[in-house]
Amino acid sequence: MSDQKVLRILIAKAGLDGHDRGAKIIARALRDAGFEVIYTGLHQTPEMIAEAAVQEDVDAVGLSILSGAHMTLFPAVIQALRQRGAEDVTVFGGGIIPQDDIPLLKQAGVKEVFTPGVSTQAIVEWIREHIQPRAAV
Amino acid sequence: MTKHEWLAQKYPKHEERLQRFSTISDMEVDPLYTADDADGRDNERDIGFPGEYPFTRGVYPSMYRGKLWTMRQFAGFGTPEDTNQRFKFLLAQGQNGLSTAFDMPVLMGYDADHPRALGEVGREGVAVSTLDDMERLFDGIPLDKVTTSMTVNCTASIVLAMYFAVAEKQGVPLSKVGGTIQNDMLKEYIAQKEWICPPEPAVRIVTDMIEFCAKEAPRWHAVSISGYHIREAGSTAVQELAFTLADGIAYVQAAIERGLDVDDFAPRLSFFFNLHNDFFEEIAKLRAARRMWAKIMKDRFGAKNPRSWLLRTHAQTAGASLTAQQPFNNVVRVTIQALAGVLGGVQSLHTNSMDETLALPTEQSVMVALRTQQIIAEESGVANIIDPLGGSWAVEALTDRMEKEAYAYIKRIDELGGMIRAIEIGYPQKEIADAAYRYQQQLDAGEKVIVGVNKYVIPEERPIEILKIDPEVERRQIERVRKIKRERNQALVKEKLGRVHAACRNGENLMPVLIDAVKAYCTLGEISDVYRDVFGVYRDPAWL
Repeated sequence: MSDQKVLRILIAKAGLDGHDRGAKIIARALRDAGFEVIYTGLHQTPEMIAEAAVQEDVDAVGLSILSGAHMTLFPAVIQALRQRGAEDVTVFGGGIIPQDDIPLLKQAGVKEVFTPGVSTQAIVEWIREHIQPRAAV
Repeated sequence: MTKHEWLAQKYPKHEERLQRFSTISDMEVDPLYTADDADGRDNERDIGFPGEYPFTRGVYPSMYRGKLWTMRQFAGFGTPEDTNQRFKFLLAQGQNGLSTAFDMPVLMGYDADHPRALGEVGREGVAVSTLDDMERLFDGIPLDKVTTSMTVNCTASIVLAMYFAVAEKQGVPLSKVGGTIQNDMLKEYIAQKEWICPPEPAVRIVTDMIEFCAKEAPRWHAVSISGYHIREAGSTAVQELAFTLADGIAYVQAAIERGLDVDDFAPRLSFFFNLHNDFFEEIAKLRAARRMWAKIMKDRFGAKNPRSWLLRTHAQTAGASLTAQQPFNNVVRVTIQALAGVLGGVQSLHTNSMDETLALPTEQSVMVALRTQQIIAEESGVANIIDPLGGSWAVEALTDRMEKEAYAYIKRIDELGGMIRAIEIGYPQKEIADAAYRYQQQLDAGEKVIVGVNKYVIPEERPIEILKIDPEVERRQIERVRKIKRERNQALVKEKLGRVHAACRNGENLMPVLIDAVKAYCTLGEISDVYRDVFGVYRDPAWL
């Protein structure tokens, strides 16, 4: 256990909306659960998020979107990661996201989508189960 | 027997079902309140009569017996034509005031054709980039008859200029245009977080608008001092109350420093509070807010006109309290919250729709929300008696306590040098984030209950019908703004933007200059770019 690498996770707010309550709560909960957490702050473009993910050498990006622009912004972040050779960074997210959109987002490469009402423990458990440290380059 | 004796001698024999009883804001409450809790309270001085200082019981003598609150449903999505149609539907359903939601690009100062607007046009509100859009939005709606509320902040000056220009085109003089623009920038840095420039220049623009409206548009409320978003961001009720009033203090201070007489603008300040789940806490919050503001205006700012002492408020049920799970339950939550607003004496009310945690509301769910208000107003009988909970030992004790705890926060903010300084060091932001996290931990531990979410959960649910925004909206709006940019008088646009630039720098009141600029079809994004250029751009400090 002790030599296992601690997961590094970027919590990111994409788009123009200022709803950061969820992102901040998740960031704190993940930090309290022992992960290394970096929070981007608000109003990030997909490029800024991908750039931060590469710079910070994270294993996963958690995107929070409540503006309704998720169908545009999630795929754009995944695309921006690919362009930087970081396609192995796991992307997950949450926000006000209608059920019908979730399969489409998963097809686009989003590993999991959490919707309102989920507990922070459930997210922590999901991360422990599904996210591995990226292979050293 | 005193309360203390009863609690010490009689009560311990009886088991309680919980370890601790607290409000949703985690304020512990006593099992019982009695006359003993009125210690130090002077009924005449502190509770008094409706329409009498300090207005604990309401701002008007006859309250809802004279006039019901304004039922004002917030609406906005898609193109200006889409929202115009929703407005007309709401007016036909008996609503008596409009309330406009703008999309994210408007709220952040980008035109529909800006790359940063991609995917956001018409999603969370109506798309408006130019005066042409604003004319379509209010087409066929007489601006001298209907009052309009507009939820927009960092670009409020530009949107208001457009609204005034539409009124002018309708032949309605500014003296007859009534409504409210949110324009509360301080709560943007604290909670809602849509901004362009840093707090100091933002407050200067707000002050320009207060000054302009006081002189030219006396029926317009130039700022709606808002606790709503503070609460939605996860604050406690006391924090909502305290930070909102502290924001109000900052605006009054700024306007006085501008050289305005407090009584010339204070009667047009209005407020906007949240209505959350905890019934008595919310009622107490609203009663305490009125009493505190009256004292602040009279004692701190020396306002002489009794109308300057009044805290008149809009309220909206708590969006964050709605659940995606078992969404029909939201109708019940909204009813309880709206009832708290009415018993708390609000002047105007928006009831959320049951599907708002999933998407923007459908026409049908908006109708249920409006009917909820109409049932409270015309069937329940609660509007027949003024402040029916006044004198309740519990409600009065909670009102006193909210006031005391909120004053402690205001004192702390004063010590920090006022709200702008407090925001710059992240004080209210951190207090709210802490409260939001604490509440989430209580939810995760099951100490606080949300029915259908962490208790009484059912496995499978049939999704309800939700409103979808056609992606075509974005394409159409982009084309429309590009067409206007192509076809307008470019030399005039350049000249008018130059005038805005100069006014930003030389400190003259921006409003007349902006009205001129939007009439020449300078766009919202272009004017916002002038703000960015002159005042700089504020970046999220990203405190956790």
